[in-house]
Amino acid sequence: MTEKEINYTQTELLATVAGRLLEDKKSVFVGTGLPMIATMFAQRTHAPKLLIFFEAGSMGPQVPVLPISVGDSRTFYKAIAASSMHDSMSLTQAGYMDYGFLGAAQIDIYGNINTTVIGSYENFKVRLPGSGGANDVGSLCQKTIIIMRQDKLRFVEKVDFITTPGYLSGKGAREEAGLPEGGGPYRIITQLGVYGFDDETKKMKLLFLHPGVNLEKVKENSSFDIIIPDKIKFTTPPTEKERKILHEIDPTGMAIGK
Amino acid sequence: MEVLQEGKGELIGWHDPDENRKWILENKDRDLKDKRTTVKEAVEKYVKDGSFIAFGGFGHVRVSMAVIYEIIRQKKRNLIFAGKTAVHDSDLLIASGCVNKIEVAYAFAHELRGLSPASRRLVEEGKCEVIAEISNAGYQWRFLAAMMGVPFIPTRNLLGTDTLKQSSAKVVKDPFSKKPICLVPACYPDVVVMHVPRCDMYGNAQIDGIIIEDFELSRAGRRVIMTTEKIIDNDEIREKPWLTVIPFFLVDAVIEVPYGSHPCNMPYKYYFDEEHIGEWLEMSRTPEGVNKYFEKYVYSVEKFEDYLELIGGQKKLKYLEDVEHLKAKLKAPWLERKRKK
Repeated sequence: MTEKEINYTQTELLATVAGRLLEDKKSVFVGTGLPMIATMFAQRTHAPKLLIFFEAGSMGPQVPVLPISVGDSRTFYKAIAASSMHDSMSLTQAGYMDYGFLGAAQIDIYGNINTTVIGSYENFKVRLPGSGGANDVGSLCQKTIIIMRQDKLRFVEKVDFITTPGYLSGKGAREEAGLPEGGGPYRIITQLGVYGFDDETKKMKLLFLHPGVNLEKVKENSSFDIIIPDKIKFTTPPTEKERKILHEIDPTGMAIGK
Repeated sequence: MEVLQEGKGELIGWHDPDENRKWILENKDRDLKDKRTTVKEAVEKYVKDGSFIAFGGFGHVRVSMAVIYEIIRQKKRNLIFAGKTAVHDSDLLIASGCVNKIEVAYAFAHELRGLSPASRRLVEEGKCEVIAEISNAGYQWRFLAAMMGVPFIPTRNLLGTDTLKQSSAKVVKDPFSKKPICLVPACYPDVVVMHVPRCDMYGNAQIDGIIIEDFELSRAGRRVIMTTEKIIDNDEIREKPWLTVIPFFLVDAVIEVPYGSHPCNMPYKYYFDEEHIGEWLEMSRTPEGVNKYFEKYVYSVEKFEDYLELIGGQKKLKYLEDVEHLKAKLKAPWLERKRKK
């Protein structure tokens, strides 16, 4: 596909691909920004019965426009309950959350995420926000989806700080640490493609490339060796109708752009 | 119980449960009495230099900005901040030099708006120290342990991560499941500051929409300052007692401050003032800008009503109400800068 044929933005593609991963009649715990757009997109297209949770206490809302905060009034618009963080987090810990949806500054081959510091903890170069609800989502949801930009500084051999657990040091490590059984990162969506994890090693593997992206690009933009399957599949770009929905969700263009 | 791991973060706000019971028995008045006062007096009385302080709401949702401005005006120093989900609240208090220590679940950023220039600059320069890391659920459950009067709560988050290593939590072998489990310590802030849509003069408060962690936090805090959009009659509280989230005996001071959360979001009343927050984010890119902002909106302003005039008066407030009720379009000037980047 040539550049000219592409009539969608990278952000639109990411939001659409992420949204399509969510299943109808399942529950999802949503973070700020693109995860919100992807979730609202899913609810307005193939997953009308998607059960949306926000950490600050909203359950089952029909979010009208993109919220700025995971705790602002948009998050509990036409919700089935406006509850509390204790309730949201406890239900997640008890096993009610199928999907969790996060962003990340750095990720490693096992899907461990850093959003705390760049550099060593004691002598950091950059201070990032910290866990927020991310550690809770990564620890307690059944399947975690991560949306992030990919480059060599973000896909790293070792994250500077494990804010949020992926598979830690490999298969079985989460359970050994005491985390709930069977949870962990499920998909990573970047501007280049979609990744999953190898069942045996829990190392990251390529599942899909986005249209127009080749394997070289994937390798160039990672500091570790991603498992590459024999046959490569491609994601489907957003249709005009889908793009329109994305911009209805975020009319100001705060996360989806103009 | 076998201790498997101990976080090395500073344990802040913890008290032995018996010590805290004693404190409550001696200091928390059960008398149903008029607690109305002024923001100035409440801050003078309950916020001391060095206090460990926590804010209700969600960093920039239902936050008592009237109290935050007053703390800045009174130039309180060495405050320790509970960064449970700290956004605009901590950004201003760190930027003004009032807070120099923080326990972080989330801080130094403005969610969708991006990183906070001022507080991030100060933490990177070492002028604000992060004394421990934790997660949002972790902090929330610290308050839950406190309100229950127990020393800790077992949780299944944080495990296996550096967040735990830098937290004040511990990992033990659970005697029931025999699996490792995280224990987050109880947390009793010296002062908790809340903003609610309505309460009576005694402090019985109702909250519209999500209550976030205010249920637990109000019960964990030793002193509770409460600002409210409106003071209502006690009869109104008694008509629908199931709506009371915070009962009076937890509350030490009550102050009526309409629009007291501006420029934050007050659910069902007014949305974020993105133009004002954008102005702050822009000005706070330099220390000079920070001073100019505080000079303009805090130091030279005596009454909250005057502040409301400064930010655009009735016309602006009506617009923010319309945005909240989806009747007007959101204007977000900070977006242009983000786009250019």
